Amino acid sequence: MSIRERLSGNEAIATAMRQVCADVMPAYPITPSTELPQYFSSFVANGETDTIFVPVESEHSAMSACIGSEAAGARTMSATSSCGLAFMWEMLYVAASNRLPIALAVVNRALSGPININCDHSDAMGARDAGWIQIFAETNQEAYDNFVQAYRIAEHPDVKLPIMICQDGFITSHGVQNIELLEDDVVKNFVGEYYPESWLLNPEHPEAVGPYTNPPYYMEAKYGQLQGLINAKKVALEVAKEFKEISGREYGLFEEYRMEDADYVMVMMGSAAGTCKDTVDMLREEGIKAGLLKIRMFRPFPGEEIAEALKGAKVIACMDRTESYNSQDGPIGADVKAALFNAGMAPKVLNYVYGLAGRDVTVESLASVFEDMKTVDETGEIGDTYRYLDLRG
Amino acid sequence: MKQLTEIRWHGRGGQGAKTAALLLADVAFSTGMYVQGFPEYGPERMGAPITAYNRLSDQEVRVHSNIYYPDYVVVVDETLLESVDVTAGLKKEGAIIVNTPKSADEIRPLLKGYEGKVVTVDARKISVEALGRYFPNSPMLAAVVKVSGIMDEQKFLDEMEASYKHKFAHKPQVIEGNMNALKMTFAEVE
Repeated sequence: MSIRERLSGNEAIATAMRQVCADVMPAYPITPSTELPQYFSSFVANGETDTIFVPVESEHSAMSACIGSEAAGARTMSATSSCGLAFMWEMLYVAASNRLPIALAVVNRALSGPININCDHSDAMGARDAGWIQIFAETNQEAYDNFVQAYRIAEHPDVKLPIMICQDGFITSHGVQNIELLEDDVVKNFVGEYYPESWLLNPEHPEAVGPYTNPPYYMEAKYGQLQGLINAKKVALEVAKEFKEISGREYGLFEEYRMEDADYVMVMMGSAAGTCKDTVDMLREEGIKAGLLKIRMFRPFPGEEIAEALKGAKVIACMDRTESYNSQDGPIGADVKAALFNAGMAPKVLNYVYGLAGRDVTVESLASVFEDMKTVDETGEIGDTYRYLDLRG
Repeated sequence: MKQLTEIRWHGRGGQGAKTAALLLADVAFSTGMYVQGFPEYGPERMGAPITAYNRLSDQEVRVHSNIYYPDYVVVVDETLLESVDVTAGLKKEGAIIVNTPKSADEIRPLLKGYEGKVVTVDARKISVEALGRYFPNSPMLAAVVKVSGIMDEQKFLDEMEASYKHKFAHKPQVIEGNMNALKMTFAEVE
């Protein structure tokens, strides 16, 4: 029996953390983090979880403590946001290269500067190449469900990599909305016990974690990481299948919304995808064949699968909630175009930067993107392929 | 047919407009609705104008933008009428509810030609009479429930009583006062 609740995304993840009940949670519990570690530390203080909460003096220390804890064989989690994630950056790579399946809840907010605290994806995109699995959510429900599935993906013997469970800052993290929670024992059984293949504090098999790696080994270590990351796609689908059995909710590498016969497809991730669904419905009523491809798993990037799903599209608009300054596309635009090229496809692709630092994303503004796609289709003129949505004059 | 009610709250930092929006989401949730309650975050300071929002529906709410064409607007602090365009986009079939001792006729000229219904609530008077202190949230909540008709009034009172009992478990003496504030508002608002 699921539990009908209304929670903010922060409360939802804190609840998932209580139910998952990892062994250790090192976290820097104040700004730039959100209320999430605060909610979780109340569960600890009230004796509602056995997790050891370690308040540390910085995010760099938080991730360092995560690495130590996970390497010792303890299931470990943390939470952060914005500049906090940026401050973890150095240690994120260490966690990934040591194949430590840490779960990190990230509330996506802008990096300074200009100074700003609102939603965009620039923090997660900064950590894009760190070797972590990155999963994004449209709603508080998806953020919760993704966290419940996180360790099953990360700890799988074919994967063994850390995982970021991302949600949009304020929009879902602080917004209260309906949610269906699973019962504590259902989550506990689903996640299961953690038995690492090897661990630092095992006297039977002494090992070194994180030693200096000479050139003859470094590339092989990276290649190994890549194989783990690629395997995460298959594992995530298997885990999603089992998750559906306990929740009734379906997850893939991405979600296709009204894509069957769509001429114009928007590719995006995060909370704006919900607004896009309303936009698609509105345009469909007007006879415009609009569709949405919502990315759930961004790292590894399901390129082949996305190219296959985009086969029928006449024009595609990739939506990036970050600026990556390569001057021709954002991270989603670049990855989608590379996937299409590799599949021998050459549809018309527009790429928009939108919603930076909490710039509101409305049905009207997303409808204007579909209008642009229609214009490109009808005139055959693509014009500027890299655009800013709702830029003020 | 999807029934969606959109409400925008205007208040000043520290007055509880955000809390009121979250409380309304809570009580609407308890009556079985799909809800959203969220504030617009900025550089928050005590006294600065803040905006909070509610979407209340009989179906899942997917849109995640702010609300530009609300059905109802609630103004928790009447001094905002001078500095904030509170009726921007407000549907004329809807209503604006202002916390003030003044009458609707006195407030209307400040509303930039808004043609719809104007409701005033003297939340200070009600709150001080019922609670002995000024907490505008309870009267403003009751006012928006009454004016919008989004839920059954008795059901609202029952849910609020349960919520107060939970929230004020450590000081049950304030429960009756808060309940009286809700009931007095129901009696006074037209």
